Amino acid sequence: MTFRAGKDPVSPSKSSRRDFLRSGAALASMTLAPGVTLMAFGGSEAQGAVDAGKRWGLLIDASKCPSDCSACVTACKDENGWTGHGDPERDVQWIRKVTLKDKSTGRKTSLPVMCQHCESPPCVDVCPTGASFKRADGIVLVDKHICIGCRYCMVACPFSARSFVHEPVTNQKPHAPRGIGTVESCTLCVHRVDAGGIPACVEACNAQGHGAMVFGDLLDADSEISKRLASFPSQALRPDLDLNPGIRYAEI
Amino acid sequence: MAIDRTIYREISVTPHLCAVAMALVACIAAASWGGVYVEHHGHSVTGMTNQVVWGLPHVFAVFLIVAASGALNVASMSSVFDKMAYKPLSRLSGVLAISLLVGGLAVLVLDLGRPDRLIVQMTHFNFMSIFTWNILLYTGFLAVVAIYLWVQMDRNVHPKWTKPAGVLAFVWRLALTTGTGSIFGWLVARPGYDAAIMAPLFIAMSLALGLAVYILVLQVLCLLGNCQLGQKLVARMTRLLALFVAIVLYFTAVQHLTNLYAAEHAGFEAFILRDGGIYTTLFWGVQVALGGLVPIALVWVRKTPVTAGLSAGVSLLVILGGMAQIYVIIIGGQAYSMELFPGFEVESSFFDGMIASYKPSLPEISLGLGGVALSLLIVGVGARVLRILPTNLSDQNLAAKG
Repeated sequence: MTFRAGKDPVSPSKSSRRDFLRSGAALASMTLAPGVTLMAFGGSEAQGAVDAGKRWGLLIDASKCPSDCSACVTACKDENGWTGHGDPERDVQWIRKVTLKDKSTGRKTSLPVMCQHCESPPCVDVCPTGASFKRADGIVLVDKHICIGCRYCMVACPFSARSFVHEPVTNQKPHAPRGIGTVESCTLCVHRVDAGGIPACVEACNAQGHGAMVFGDLLDADSEISKRLASFPSQALRPDLDLNPGIRYAEI
Repeated sequence: MAIDRTIYREISVTPHLCAVAMALVACIAAASWGGVYVEHHGHSVTGMTNQVVWGLPHVFAVFLIVAASGALNVASMSSVFDKMAYKPLSRLSGVLAISLLVGGLAVLVLDLGRPDRLIVQMTHFNFMSIFTWNILLYTGFLAVVAIYLWVQMDRNVHPKWTKPAGVLAFVWRLALTTGTGSIFGWLVARPGYDAAIMAPLFIAMSLALGLAVYILVLQVLCLLGNCQLGQKLVARMTRLLALFVAIVLYFTAVQHLTNLYAAEHAGFEAFILRDGGIYTTLFWGVQVALGGLVPIALVWVRKTPVTAGLSAGVSLLVILGGMAQIYVIIIGGQAYSMELFPGFEVESSFFDGMIASYKPSLPEISLGLGGVALSLLIVGVGARVLRILPTNLSDQNLAAKG
């Protein structure tokens, strides 16, 4: 499966429908809590300056991802302040390492799975309050101030990418607000991205010398991610759902 | 035999009625404790996990909401379909529908991660979400049924308005159950959901569950409140109940046969129908056998008349089967892992590729039962303070009304 070269990464028809919905949620949020929603959107004071001309994405090369490395997971934990409580079924996981074994050949692969930052995110569609939303640059987030903890987004997510905060949380990071009874997932380190940086997982992967994760703007033909996607076969998870995720995988 | 006019009266207060009311209040108190306990400690004290995110409270809530729309059908049969024998039962039908819906919504709200943010839900709407539409359908249902009751009960309102109000309520209850089924039917990601048949299946379930609850509540209220209840009427409703149960079985069969035809759903079907342990047992043993085939056999195949005891027994079995069906749909649908990587064996710290476990906790059980108790208490109080039950529901009286 190759990256859908024939399709514009941001479909006008879909974006207009969602733009309409988002504008409703944004209007309500701005009306009711103009000061606090910026923090809830991921700690970004640059929320108002989100660049609609970009579509942030990740390319993950499974062939460069060692099965015994979980640097991306550790980095995400440290960066965003989510930790386990010794209860694996209820502990929050924004990113996880998945080991695959081909049923026919026995070949093993390892790769990280997180929020896929879909162009048509089911979590955004089903969220009754509009707490789940997609920014103009494609990053899917949860507004912690209006998440009521119904968990419908978790049932709807095809990638099991979201976690529910089952316990009280302490020592939160200012840029990654969390709260008991709400849902959370990978923010693509939106606070770093808005400041011109790259996600912590990508940085950690590079620091390990693996270079399995490439972050960049899918709309910029000159970006490294776009060049790689144009050069090598890659795929989206659950391509049958036609969600056009921002996260792409190669060499699975 | 002389025929009485239909006279509606508040039910009498009897020692038994008071005892039942006290028991219901105790259940509601226990549910309140459960809600506060979970709110304080977080959902870590429940059986719910990041894999099974909707647990037993949702099973109870969906049961009550589905039964609520079905309970209104008794009123619809008189107002919409002109079966006048059901007319004296119509007011109770409306009050029961409202009470069941309130009980279900209470459970749903108390199981939210942040029930304190209910006001947020009332001020922020995402109209792409079927949840949002359901909130409007539920609150609208309460208003429509209240109007329907008012039209029936206020002597100053001309009876010609009963039919339009009844038709509106009937159409609304169909929309409501369609919305409830679509919560699952519109979930594209999971093999257990993502099926248009969920909406008609839920409508069929509402017909059966609502009528089963209605029969039991009518019998108990008449018993506790000392009003006459003819068995022919109850037997008529019980035979109708068996028909509704057959319709549920039909839709269930179509649902699973359609899935079995598609190779991509074979794994999920094998899980529910053959390998799913508790889910397979609940499906075949409780939903299909006890809650489906046995009631049909008892009502249609038996040659002996349908007695009051048999009506109550059949209704209980149908309720049990309905609970099992909703449990299998909600919990079983989540327990079966989604296939992210077809053709691969998958392993992760997030239980990818594994069947998720779920064991309901005490607070969840008490919360669910509390919703049932709240519904029953509301309908009991309704029958005590409103004139919704006729003094004479004897067969002679009702036979004359057709």
